Amino acid sequence: MLTRNSAGVAVMKKLALTVNGRPYAFDIDIRESLLDVLRDRLQFTGVKQGCSVGECGACTVLIDGVPVNSCIYLAAWAHGKSITTIEGIAQEGQLSPVQEAFVEEGAIQCGFCTPGLVLSTTAMVESGRTYTHDEVRRELSGHLCRCTGYQKIVEAAERALREAEAEP
Amino acid sequence: MFDICELFEPETLLEAKRILRHDPSLKVIAGGTDVLIRLQHGDLAGSGLLSLKNIAELEAIRLLRDGTLEIGAMAPFTKIFRSELLQKKVPVLCEAAVSMGGPQVRNVATIGGNICNGAVSADSASTLFALDALLRLETLEDERIIPMGEFYAGPGKVNLRPGELLVSILIPREGYEGTGGHYIKYAMRKAMDIATLGVAVVCRVRENRFEDLRIALGVAAPVPIRCFEAEAHAKGREITLETIQELAAMAVKPSRARTSWRASKDYREHLIEVLAQRALAEAVKRAGGCRAH
Repeated sequence: MLTRNSAGVAVMKKLALTVNGRPYAFDIDIRESLLDVLRDRLQFTGVKQGCSVGECGACTVLIDGVPVNSCIYLAAWAHGKSITTIEGIAQEGQLSPVQEAFVEEGAIQCGFCTPGLVLSTTAMVESGRTYTHDEVRRELSGHLCRCTGYQKIVEAAERALREAEAEP
Repeated sequence: MFDICELFEPETLLEAKRILRHDPSLKVIAGGTDVLIRLQHGDLAGSGLLSLKNIAELEAIRLLRDGTLEIGAMAPFTKIFRSELLQKKVPVLCEAAVSMGGPQVRNVATIGGNICNGAVSADSASTLFALDALLRLETLEDERIIPMGEFYAGPGKVNLRPGELLVSILIPREGYEGTGGHYIKYAMRKAMDIATLGVAVVCRVRENRFEDLRIALGVAAPVPIRCFEAEAHAKGREITLETIQELAAMAVKPSRARTSWRASKDYREHLIEVLAQRALAEAVKRAGGCRAH
C-alpha cells in the first residue's frame, strides 16, 4: 500500500517508537499527527481528540516523560521516542497513585479531560520537583475541563504530589 | 491529517541549509505549535516542510567567552524557563517564556519559531528587544547578525531572506549585565491566551538614577516597538514616582495601537501607560534601586 498526496507524491515514512513500554514499528503517512497514529492505528483511544489545535489538552500524552499535545505533533517526530498514554498508567489492573488521587478527590465528571490531566499530573510527580499551589495551577493550565471548575482537579494533583513526597 | 506534500528532517544545520538552498519555498517548521495549527485551519495547504526538530545543535543555551548569551533558535520555552544560566542572567526572559501558551505548548514551542512567525504578540520578542538582543541568520553561503528591530517587517512578516535560517539569539553582555527587568503580559486568561498587550522593561540603576532604560511593547503597533524617546529622557534622571509616570506617558507616543476584537485602541493606549508604570517600578526594584514613592 502506497499512500499518495494530492500531488501524487508518496508520503510514507518508517516509524519506530515505544508506546507504554511496548515497541512498535510500521509505516506512517507523513501527514498524520501523533494523535491520528495513536488513536486510529494503535487504538489507544484514551488519547482524546478535542480541539485539534493545541488549546484544550485532551490529547496530551507524555513524550519521553514530557506532556505534549499530540494533535499538533507530527507522527514522524515520534520516531525513536517513548510515549505514555493513559492506557500505560495503571499497572496490572492497579490504578496509579495519581489516578487514585483523582478518584479520592472526586476530580472526574464526564472524564473527557481526565486522561490528559492524569498524564500532566504524573509528569509533575515524576519530575521529583516540589510545586507551590500556583505552580500546580500553572502546570495544569493547558487543560480545559468544562465540568468540574478545576478545584477538585487541583486538589487531586496536590494530593498526589503530597503523597509522592511522603513515600518516594 | 495535515495537508503537506513533503517532510525533510535533517539532523545537522548544514544539511538543513543545503535543503533550503535547493528549495527555498519549503516552510520551515520548528516546534509546530503555529505551523501545524495553520495547516489544521487550511492555511499553507500543500506545503513542503523542513523540520528543524532533529537538529540537536540548535537547542543549546550557553554563555560565550565575551559574556554574550547565545540561545539556540530551537530551544523550547520550558528549557528557557528552566535554564539556570538564563534564570541567573536574564530572569526577565524566563518570566516572558513562562507566560507563553500553556505547559504542553511551552514544552515544544521554540523561541526561534516565536520570533520567525512575526507575531506582534510574541511574548519573547518584546523582552528580547528590550534586552538589545541580536539574531544570527545563516544561509548556506552567508551569515549576518542583525538587531531585533531590523527583523520585523510587518504583521506576520520578518526579514528572512530566501534560504535563510534563524540559528540563534545573542544577548550581548551590555544588554543584560547589572540590569533589572520585568515583563507584563496582559491577556484575558492567565494561560493559553495571546497578549492583548505586552510590556518589557529593562533598566540599570545607579544612585537612584536611571543609567540605562529600555522599554519594548508588544501588540502596540504592527511590529514590536521600542520607546526610544522615553528611554533617552530617562538617562541620568532621578527615579521618582513622577519620573515613572512621565516615562510611562511617553511610552504611549510611539505606539500605533489599533482596535481589534481583543481590545480597542483607547484601551490598549491606557494599558501601555498603566502597565509601563508597573513594569518600570518593578524593574527598578529588581535593578536594586529604591522603590519610587
